[in-house]
Amino acid sequence: MTSIHIKNGLLIDPVNKVNQIGDLYIAEGKIVSVINEPSGFKAESIIDAENKVVCPGFIDLSTRLREPGQSRKASFRSESVAALSGGITTMCLQPDTNPVVDTSAVAELIKELAKKAGYPKIFPIAALTQKLEGTELSSMLSLKKAGCIAVGNANQPVSNLLILRRAMEYAASHDILVMFRPNDYWLGNNGCVHEGVFATRYGLPSIPEAAETIALAQCLELVELTGCRVHFGQLSCKRSVIKIHQAKKYGLQVSADVAAHQLHLTENSIIPFDSNYHVIPPLRTDSDLQYLRDGLASGTINSICSDHQPHDIDAKLGAFPETEPGISSLETVLPLMLDLVAQDVITLEQGVASLTSNPARVLRIDSGALTVGFSADVCVFDLNLEWQINADNWKSQGHNTPFWGKAMKGRVTHTIQSGHLTYTAF
Amino acid sequence: MNNIQINTEGKLKHFLSIDGLPKSLLTEILDVAESFVGVNDLQIKKVPLLRGKTIVNLFFENSTRTRTTFELAAKRLSADVLSMSIATSSTSKGESLLDTIRNLEAMFVDMFVVRHAISGAAHFIAQQTAPHISVINAGDGQHAHPTQAMLDMFTIRQIKKDFSPLKVAIIGDILHSRVARSQIQALNTLGVDEVRVIAPKTLLPAHVECMGVNVFHNLNAGLKDIDVVIMLRLQKERMTSALLPSESEYFKCFGLTEDKLKIAKPDAIVMHPGPINRGVEIESKVADGPQSVILKQVSNGIAVRMAVMAMAMQKQGIV
Repeated sequence: MTSIHIKNGLLIDPVNKVNQIGDLYIAEGKIVSVINEPSGFKAESIIDAENKVVCPGFIDLSTRLREPGQSRKASFRSESVAALSGGITTMCLQPDTNPVVDTSAVAELIKELAKKAGYPKIFPIAALTQKLEGTELSSMLSLKKAGCIAVGNANQPVSNLLILRRAMEYAASHDILVMFRPNDYWLGNNGCVHEGVFATRYGLPSIPEAAETIALAQCLELVELTGCRVHFGQLSCKRSVIKIHQAKKYGLQVSADVAAHQLHLTENSIIPFDSNYHVIPPLRTDSDLQYLRDGLASGTINSICSDHQPHDIDAKLGAFPETEPGISSLETVLPLMLDLVAQDVITLEQGVASLTSNPARVLRIDSGALTVGFSADVCVFDLNLEWQINADNWKSQGHNTPFWGKAMKGRVTHTIQSGHLTYTAF
Repeated sequence: MNNIQINTEGKLKHFLSIDGLPKSLLTEILDVAESFVGVNDLQIKKVPLLRGKTIVNLFFENSTRTRTTFELAAKRLSADVLSMSIATSSTSKGESLLDTIRNLEAMFVDMFVVRHAISGAAHFIAQQTAPHISVINAGDGQHAHPTQAMLDMFTIRQIKKDFSPLKVAIIGDILHSRVARSQIQALNTLGVDEVRVIAPKTLLPAHVECMGVNVFHNLNAGLKDIDVVIMLRLQKERMTSALLPSESEYFKCFGLTEDKLKIAKPDAIVMHPGPINRGVEIESKVADGPQSVILKQVSNGIAVRMAVMAMAMQKQGIV
């Protein structure tokens, strides 16, 4: 095990209320001291973090690495590098792989793939229902024991509310977190963009806000009925934020996240028929974006996720509605968060919390903080470093991002995972 | 995005959508079409403008009228024309849209006329084809059907001369209609006084007013003071997808009858892109009546499509 001394960085750790220039000491895979040098500490490597931020590694609540089953799109190997270069040291993986994560064997295979790729901090999310079909419960307890952090139905609906109720009751019995992306299948009507001005103008099948908010409202009622702990993922609209705010005020045990791109793009951003803007939930309106931003600033929305969905070229090559939805986004989470700080939407400390301590609290894991004794997952980034998204700088196998070719500000320079320096930019 | 339709000299390269095209270009299409009307009356109905050029009609969706008039338009311009019904061809063997296009490109084609069931298909093909090839959209999903809209504009101008004082009503299934979208854009670009859409909420897109139309749910109210009545075809499957209760109730509310037509101006014209569902959206007496210009629209389709094809080829210095 190596020992690392990170010098003169701006330490930001919302949990321990640290926001000052200082040093961080890492040894034996753990954080051994913050600010004060431990006696007799011998650093095998020193990182000069002057003019840089040093914070806990980021925790991503919704990622897809495409293995098993779709390795033509991406692999653990390619996406691990992408995640580390984006400062992400822990990832929760959606269960809609092929096969679906509905047996312990698949969960174990995923952990094995992660280990082989040198990225151990993978948490599979298990399927809530078998094959994600929404009809029979998965073996949640066995899946939890096999290392799954939560259960969820990915983008597949659970249309039968009795099944959803029972799934939530069963999860609650074993204190298992349910991660739920609210989406009413019928109201969604196979749409590919928001039901708004853009869809009308370009004649594209569309998804109303109600497809999300009705499913969200139903699930909130079931939270009250079952006492299940639910995290609502990838919210996209104003009324979802209002509903989560009310539910929290009322005392329900719920949390929520938003994908980074939803805080920056709206239907007005879409270049007509450019399939890189095809994403589900769809990009909505300026007012939705404003509420999502306000929700993040007020704490109604706990965290920012990447909702990373890498694709091969063919998946995005076709007429817009026929292409596959999703954005490759591990590497843009940090600059997009920093842009919100630059626009005074949130403070830097809030931004870091939304990527570290807040998701850690949702998952109830000892991570997301620079606490002595915690596993040393650390991210060092330069707030002001400008870079361009292009083939030279991009690590993910999926080049499907609407930000391709754009200039970004803020970049990770070092990532440490479990005490190992796993990524350096230069 | 729609700029891919226009080359650096402002000339038409592809014709994919009315959206984003300037009034001057739409007027030019109408003027060029007018010059082609006479060709239909010649003893030998041909001009040699596109001699030696190969045009492929790629119809991924069934069509009779549109395909036939595109074919005739190409032939009257002396082009070699090949019509393919892809619904029953390669794609059913699993070949992708792009592969189909690449294969035809390899056969030295100069122009694709494309109809496809998915919105954006024509844009996609235009972006992917070799730079010398022009793409004409003959209808993509619910997005656009620009040549239909232009032949409608041509017909309106033929009869009414000036667009500026006109009040136009489009009646029926606006939601699923690529024709309506293109018509609304063309009418507004050409500067009519008012465009109205008349339909139940189930057949209107959300926020349709953002396209510059006034919305009516009542036919009688909507037809008042109207100069041009455009009826849209009602697809049978709208009944099974719970958008409407029945054909008969639809006809009662939105069907155009002689009595209803009397609410519009006395010299109002009645249009329909076809094919007509007699007794569903329009009464036979109206469809075949003195105010109907439905067959005139069909004839004008040839001249307008000749104009668009010739203009798109002009960028190569041919015309």
